[in-house]
Amino acid sequence: MTGGNLIRAVRALPWSGKIGLALVAFWIVIALTGRFIAPHSPGAFVSYEVFAGSSGKFWFGSDFLGRDVLSRLLVGAQFTVGLSAIAVTIAVTLGTGLALTAAVGPRWLDELLSRAMDTLISIPSKIFALVLVAAFGSSIVLLTLIVSITYVPGNFRIARSLAVGLTKLDYVEVARARGEGRFHIALVEMLPNMIRPLFADIGLRFVFIVLLLSGLSFLGLGLQPPDADLGSLVRENVSGLGEGALAILMPATAIASLTVGVNLLIDAATQGKVK
Amino acid sequence: MSAASTPSLWRGAGRLIGKRIGLALVTLLLVSAVIFTISGLLPGDAAQEVLGQGATPEQVAALRHEMGLDRPAPVRYAEWLGSIVAGDPGQSLVANKPVADIISERLPNTLTLAALAALVSVPFAFLIGIASAVSRGRKLDRGINVLTLSMVALPEFLVATIAVLIFAVELLWLPSITIVPKDPTFAQFARAYAMPVMVLAVGVVAQLGRMIRAAIIAELDRPYVEMARLKGVGPQRLVFRHVLPNAIGPIVNAMALSLSNLFGGAIIVETIFNYPGLASLMVNAVTSRDMPLLQACAMIFCATYLLLVLIADTVAILANPRLRQV
Repeated sequence: MTGGNLIRAVRALPWSGKIGLALVAFWIVIALTGRFIAPHSPGAFVSYEVFAGSSGKFWFGSDFLGRDVLSRLLVGAQFTVGLSAIAVTIAVTLGTGLALTAAVGPRWLDELLSRAMDTLISIPSKIFALVLVAAFGSSIVLLTLIVSITYVPGNFRIARSLAVGLTKLDYVEVARARGEGRFHIALVEMLPNMIRPLFADIGLRFVFIVLLLSGLSFLGLGLQPPDADLGSLVRENVSGLGEGALAILMPATAIASLTVGVNLLIDAATQGKVK
Repeated sequence: MSAASTPSLWRGAGRLIGKRIGLALVTLLLVSAVIFTISGLLPGDAAQEVLGQGATPEQVAALRHEMGLDRPAPVRYAEWLGSIVAGDPGQSLVANKPVADIISERLPNTLTLAALAALVSVPFAFLIGIASAVSRGRKLDRGINVLTLSMVALPEFLVATIAVLIFAVELLWLPSITIVPKDPTFAQFARAYAMPVMVLAVGVVAQLGRMIRAAIIAELDRPYVEMARLKGVGPQRLVFRHVLPNAIGPIVNAMALSLSNLFGGAIIVETIFNYPGLASLMVNAVTSRDMPLLQACAMIFCATYLLLVLIADTVAILANPRLRQV
């Protein structure tokens, strides 16, 4: 896509899509820079007052230990956005990879994979994640793997139906007649034509993963101290709820603005294609 | 209905429903195998964990034998499954009580919460779904679309936080934790449940409303609707008499899906409001790695989900004369 096309595409978005795009762009910038633009060290005790309100020195006040909420939020957002982005990449790579394997592979393999994914999809995602956390614990690496595995079956289902539809199209038949291998057909002929329709699914799954990851952290089962994502920030400041502390409101609002932004953007970008 | 209820049609429906029941049972069996494998086989040696690093190999071996961990995996799975089916999933490691006792204490609470949330959400979802479907593409529809899109993306703890701030902190109307007294009066009951139900309903209303809109719009594009319109059928009659009966299949499916999501939301909501339900119990089981309790809770949630889907399928079959004939 050239620059001119991109600008035209943005202009064509409805106002909700523009808001979504702005929110998403904002969070991408924060995810890349959070740690470096934080005014204080996220672990430093900088205020004598706990749950302080907004002030010139501490824009979002102080948390339950007198740390700077803004700095902790900036670093926490890096964890939330970064880990979710990694997790959604793993989930979609696995899900779509298996879907392509099922579509071009032998029939029994398709049956086996589809059956297995149907089983996994009938375990509610939060329950599945809880069982996995109980079994394996929640170090950062495991946590990322757990939330991505939870959303593999959903992506598999969508990608497989796209891929199976493609196997019947002429250009895939032609490639097969040309004697191309299954690997080539899946990756060179089919995958490029699945990417556009898959984008909406990737965005949706990113939202699910952000919510699951921060939900787990909120329950104390996600990121462990001293690391804290946005969900952990809500959890640790929950005692400030009674006084309406910014320390609990800001991180919760931050998560919402991220997920709502992605949702609005996907919806606007797919309008017209999906009814 | 009367014309369609000849015996052969109902027998066809019965066979179809029987098949669905069989499929649900097979899926539940596979799900149980997955849950047992993840939580019972993979995490390594429970005996080693109980005894700690300082234990001698002999002690570990003895405890393994005592706990039955030295037997082959399929035997252990069969035994575990048998105990779950018999309704006695063993002893909770942390509470030191039978798992069945703890669950029978907590399960009714979660079911009450879920039922109330469903009762509140479904009418609103229909209202939203129908309103935006009939005004498709117009301002009202676009406004509802943005609103529900945002509502489904809100984390439950943000909704809960805002609700507590407004109703418990500012207005002092409602308590910020849910304590239901024994034999509550209606007012006590309503006060206790108002906030958790409200928080759960936000997500369900939005999600279900969107799916109801999609189901109705799929029908609105069909030729019979055009026909009815040309015949001069008014918009209200069109939706309620012509479209809704035909959209029942997808709508009940959507209801099953959002109700099962409701149980997922209950995990957060029960924890925030300190509500003694099954979902917060499961979180405690994870924190304390109480595997028998965790497995039983997980199986109950999965079975509930499959049951909801099964009920939805059954309603869809019974509501559709063409499916009934198969």
